[in-house]
Amino acid sequence: MSIGHGAFMSVGAYTAANLANRLGAPWPVTLLAGGLMAALIGAIVGIPSLRIKGLYLAIATLAGQLIIEWTINHVTFISGGVQASIEVARPRLGSYVLSSQRDMYYFLLFFVVVAIVGTLNLMRTRVGRAFIAIRDQDIAAEIIGINIFRYKLLAFAISSFYAGVTGVLYTYFLGIANYEQFQIGVSIDYLAMIIIGGLGSVLGSIFGAIFVTLLPIVIRYAMEAFGGVFFEPQTVLNLIPNLRLMLFGALIIFFLIVEPEGLNRLWRNIRSYFRVWPFAY
Amino acid sequence: MRRRLAILTALVLVAGSVLAAVSVFAQSKGEIVIGLQCDRTGATQIVGTVLCPGFHDYIALVNSKGGVEGHPIRAIEIDHEYKVPPGVESYERHKKEGAVTIAVYGTPHIYALAAKLTEDRIPGTSPGFGSAAAADGQRYPYIFPIAATYWSQGAAAVDFVKKQMNGSLKGKKIAYLFYDNPAGREPIEVLEDLATIEGFQLKTFAVPPPGVEMGAQVLDIAQRFKADFVIAHLFGGAPSVSIKELKRVGYPLRKVVSFVWGAAEANIDGAGGFAVAEGYYAMQFAGVGKDYPVLNEIREMYKKQGKPAPKEMDSTVFYNRGVLIGALHVEAIRNALKAKPDGKITGEDAKKGFEKINNFTLGGLVPPLKITSTDHEGGGLVQIWQVKGGKFEKVTDWYAAYQNVVAKHIKEAGKK
Repeated sequence: MSIGHGAFMSVGAYTAANLANRLGAPWPVTLLAGGLMAALIGAIVGIPSLRIKGLYLAIATLAGQLIIEWTINHVTFISGGVQASIEVARPRLGSYVLSSQRDMYYFLLFFVVVAIVGTLNLMRTRVGRAFIAIRDQDIAAEIIGINIFRYKLLAFAISSFYAGVTGVLYTYFLGIANYEQFQIGVSIDYLAMIIIGGLGSVLGSIFGAIFVTLLPIVIRYAMEAFGGVFFEPQTVLNLIPNLRLMLFGALIIFFLIVEPEGLNRLWRNIRSYFRVWPFAY
Repeated sequence: MRRRLAILTALVLVAGSVLAAVSVFAQSKGEIVIGLQCDRTGATQIVGTVLCPGFHDYIALVNSKGGVEGHPIRAIEIDHEYKVPPGVESYERHKKEGAVTIAVYGTPHIYALAAKLTEDRIPGTSPGFGSAAAADGQRYPYIFPIAATYWSQGAAAVDFVKKQMNGSLKGKKIAYLFYDNPAGREPIEVLEDLATIEGFQLKTFAVPPPGVEMGAQVLDIAQRFKADFVIAHLFGGAPSVSIKELKRVGYPLRKVVSFVWGAAEANIDGAGGFAVAEGYYAMQFAGVGKDYPVLNEIREMYKKQGKPAPKEMDSTVFYNRGVLIGALHVEAIRNALKAKPDGKITGEDAKKGFEKINNFTLGGLVPPLKITSTDHEGGGLVQIWQVKGGKFEKVTDWYAAYQNVVAKHIKEAGKK
């Protein structure tokens, strides 16, 4: 588990923004460079993982988050000035400039699909199997000949690569890299996503992301629609944001109690139930 | 697995198309929509819980008088918890609802939305925060600070200190106590310039987020650096902590002047009340107190509805700022509607409306701004108020200082 992914995103974002603005690099180059830079930094942050595990490692990544945040905030060579924000031009496909919300949606969707397919396949390769072996029992994994040092760092590098690419895409989506987009709250949101979705599953992380991102929006729409029935307009305005936070928290607890292994497990249970429905097995 | 993937892809594609279809949503006739970002929850909630009701009350007042040129106004508020992704999402929703102006809230948000506002041609306002460089209307045509930026606030603070020091800063020591984020660091370049011009010694003291721990910095200011004056620029709960800490080490609060986000009743209350903060100077971009004609009208409006005036009105600093923001948006829309009497105004018309705002003071609550197509800040005017005898008392009238220095920095930023 990592509490540093917000920072890895910012590494990707600032690498890309600097490359795009100083060297005029096109987005495919900055995307790759941002990902690779984040992978490198991620691997460095991951070095303590060779000695520490579990919760202690999570705290080490938290330190990584804070160090990276501070560095970007204070080193103007990276951040492009005291405002720590660098504007970037919209991405182009040939001569077509992607700018509208719909363009961006499909642009980002393409990468989401690539990332999902990539991860699903990764789990079936030698590397993926090694990851699973280390996760389940690292001493046993070492004994059967897996190079723990290499694979642990590789795991950090790969996951940071994803974060870095995400950061670059987010930068292009907004047209600006700003350090306040990648603060610790973001990392914690990501952690919440994978826990709600179900640790160690690809589908779970997608469910978790949908849950954490869309649920507040759905709650708000629902309250805007029905809130007026019970309260005065001024009260509703004050209630919506607060109630939304409470409901959101309550739903997280609810889902974790119903299924501690996350939404992914819940989904599998429902599916297997209906597969043989109406019989029990 | 492939089949599952195919289904998933199809679902996502459908979702995208539906979203696109919804965006062609038509707005109801004659109504003008304003988007309002709020932060009633999250790190800066002491602002949003008071500022947003002020905004809504002003809009309600306008509507109770028959709207703007006969068009009712609808302000759509969306709370973003001072986080960027919900802020961006709220912007997209405002756009969908056909908002002609958007009251953005938060420095990171105005950065994140700068490109979108310009592309979509919707004017967004960033009163008292955000990028100081956005005062340049040529470079950022759709961003309107409409109040003193941090650069202007820094310049005004130095000018105020100079007056307190009997007109000369030569050899004096000024401490700049700031929240260590981009917004906090923004004024430093202007302050450094002024230090060379005026010949004072400037020392900066960073307070790391979340800004609740500044014992060391304050002790340094009071006992090692022995500052002649302190300029404070803090946010959220931090200003209260600074007042408490300065008081604790025995530093006189009449030698402290705070930027606009450490200047509200809530900050003083957080420090232990007005008695504790006696002497503290605070900078304002909207009038303070209850004695303005527009506030009387709002109270009158509530009275007519048979309701007591909302309790938010007691917190006059943030409430009045909400009224100011609402009023400037309405004024921009009024100017736009005057130019286009058919009522079909767009963001572009509203932008031109903002640029026609001149000497609109709302009985003293709003500074006499003059917004032009080149100057979106409107002059960078502030007032200084002091905590005295249990309330804020006005010390200076609207003024701006060292405008040539600020202009130089805006010009330099425009070249980047």
